Amino acid sequence: MTAVTAYTNARLLDPASGLDARGALVVEDRFIAAAGPEVQIPEGATVIDCHGACLAPGLIDMRAFLGEPGYEHKETLATGGAAAAAGGITTVIAQPQTDPIVDEPAVVGYIARSARATSPVRVHTMAAITTGLRGSEMTEMGLLAEAGAVAFTDGVQAVADAQIMRRALSYASHWDLLIVQHAEEPALARGGVMNEGELATRLGLSGIPDAAEITMVERDLRLVELTGGRYHAACLSTAGAADAMRRAKTLGLRASCGVAVHHFALNELEIGEYRTFAKTTPPLRSEDNRKAIVEALADGTIDVIVSDHSPQDQESKRLPFDAAEPGIAGLQTLLPLSLELVHRGHLSMLDLLAKLTINPARLLGLASGTLAVGRKADFVVFDPDTPWLLSESQLLSKSRNTPFDGRPVQGRVLRTAVSGNTVYALA
Amino acid sequence: MVPPAPSPAAAPLLRYPHRHLLGIEGLSPAEITWLLDLAESHVDQNRRPDKKLATLRGRTVMNLFFESSTRTRTSFELAGKLLGADVINMQVEGSSIKKGETLIDTAMTLNAMRPDMLVVRHDSSGAIALLAQKVDCSVLNAGDGSHEHPTQALLDALTIRRRKGRLAGLTVAICGDILHSRVARSNIQLLNTMGAMVRVVAPPTLLPREVERLGVEVHHDMHAGLEGCDIVMMLRLQAERMQGAFVPSLREYFRFWGLDAEKLAAAKPDALVLHPGPMNRGVEIDTDVADDIDRSAITEQVEMGVAVRMACLEALTQPYP
Repeated sequence: MTAVTAYTNARLLDPASGLDARGALVVEDRFIAAAGPEVQIPEGATVIDCHGACLAPGLIDMRAFLGEPGYEHKETLATGGAAAAAGGITTVIAQPQTDPIVDEPAVVGYIARSARATSPVRVHTMAAITTGLRGSEMTEMGLLAEAGAVAFTDGVQAVADAQIMRRALSYASHWDLLIVQHAEEPALARGGVMNEGELATRLGLSGIPDAAEITMVERDLRLVELTGGRYHAACLSTAGAADAMRRAKTLGLRASCGVAVHHFALNELEIGEYRTFAKTTPPLRSEDNRKAIVEALADGTIDVIVSDHSPQDQESKRLPFDAAEPGIAGLQTLLPLSLELVHRGHLSMLDLLAKLTINPARLLGLASGTLAVGRKADFVVFDPDTPWLLSESQLLSKSRNTPFDGRPVQGRVLRTAVSGNTVYALA
Repeated sequence: MVPPAPSPAAAPLLRYPHRHLLGIEGLSPAEITWLLDLAESHVDQNRRPDKKLATLRGRTVMNLFFESSTRTRTSFELAGKLLGADVINMQVEGSSIKKGETLIDTAMTLNAMRPDMLVVRHDSSGAIALLAQKVDCSVLNAGDGSHEHPTQALLDALTIRRRKGRLAGLTVAICGDILHSRVARSNIQLLNTMGAMVRVVAPPTLLPREVERLGVEVHHDMHAGLEGCDIVMMLRLQAERMQGAFVPSLREYFRFWGLDAEKLAAAKPDALVLHPGPMNRGVEIDTDVADDIDRSAITEQVEMGVAVRMACLEALTQPYP
């Protein structure tokens, strides 16, 4: 006799099928047995009434730094996993800039084993494109993929050398592997610590121009055209790069892109008087760029929303602005901040959820991200409307570097389940 | 937006109403005038043989310099001593501190020694504001990165005011490495606040993005930029920025942006030349111009520096309202 649980009275949202209806989800032995408006609740099932809350596939966060191995003082798979669960995320894609770097199949295996033992949510790994993230020699992409790497990226470093990038795209295309780029031309960004413009000029800080991102995306798209490789720009921050992606898509190139929550939720003014919690890479941009990013989300140019979770301990942030590490701890704020796009009328609920579930799943070749029958029961139950204040003190991540402390938001996660097991429930 | 005109009818200030002096940005015309007037009173006093005052007797001033400096530190040291304060100099260098790793620890340690004031220079913009949040005493910014150097702007203003009798309505050309200059940023703030017209003149590679948004007229050509101006303020070009990175060569820079008699001729006949020092003769300024006692106020600036720093130290040791 297998355990059967029915989640009734839910607003079922499945962007993969377009389902948006009141109904029930039935979980049988870790898998989705049924989902829809006219579902028969099996006899003997444990019934959980969702009271009209939304029930969607568990979120897939395509870009998060999880600390392990090597940076356990900033984050661990256990603490990062707990934060993800509380954020409605059931699958996290860990970034390779650990110590040791994920450029060896053994490290991919280590993280997978460690995550299975300690993390409440699924963790997959992106491996490095170049050995040691040095930008000069390709990693063993075939072996790394066999070991479980779901995509390839040099983390927060760009692959600067055009020839290496060309070969990586070309070589990876043999297995149809995804190459994920931190699109920032290093020579143009060198020494820069925030967006270049009036505010940087006033603060006396070196700026990073929009062109650093735009030139890199435009170059890479030419290389995609040349190689037929599959390319993903990790986090766009500029109108110009969004335009380049829009053109590439009309040309039918195999290119996609993501955006970090803070690039549509904040602009550079958040830095104010040198607030290091607002230092990010790519940097927070001007309001015009922020609006263009929202536009690119709305018209479908941007495929994926990520947390770009970058936990930083106090010693890395309580520094002069130019010396502080960039990054925001974002796992738990991903959904409430993304819901702003729905509340403000930029995106429908299904369009938003697609960028957090099925779109990343398809890019990474994962079976999750949908409520389809037979899939593992990874899902999130959330109330889309309740107003509340984000608070740094509620963060479960080992680091609490967030500029969103005290921000009023609407909508919060009530329950997160991985393989049918509840890994988070709002107290 | 119209810059606030200095109002002569405004009631005179009785005291400086801030706990710290972290920058010129945010100071009102009345506050700047108050500081300049107080400094003015010290100029004559400092020229007397018996010049030492007791205003700050019993107070401790710490000069905390994370970036090497001889002139500014000496000027602050003298200012403190002339007011009767006990002055302690701390030069903090080395790679770990340069990264700022122990900035807050250093601040906490010094704070525990209960100084009355910290005079701080740091090579990171904003570092001094960060430090000011962690200490109980007043903090005076002696230069932070490319951000602000408020006492330099005040001493420039005092020099100009003594020579020209006013600041409002003057046209001031700030020339050279605006991009990396805290002196330029503080001067732009102060001169705009006091109603002067500010121009910046530099090759495009040495101008920060959207600098016009600070309320300045932007020129690339020295002749056009200096045309009809009352004050020519030259900036130092750091040696490491001369060879190829920002300008191709020293001789090309001097040819097009170095101040010589020929370029100075575009300015008003009585235009005054300022330079924050130390000068690179033959790079940004020609020796004949630098040493022309009718045109150059460069040594006077140094003298005004002591008077202005005395005024600032005095202002910050008054009880904070």
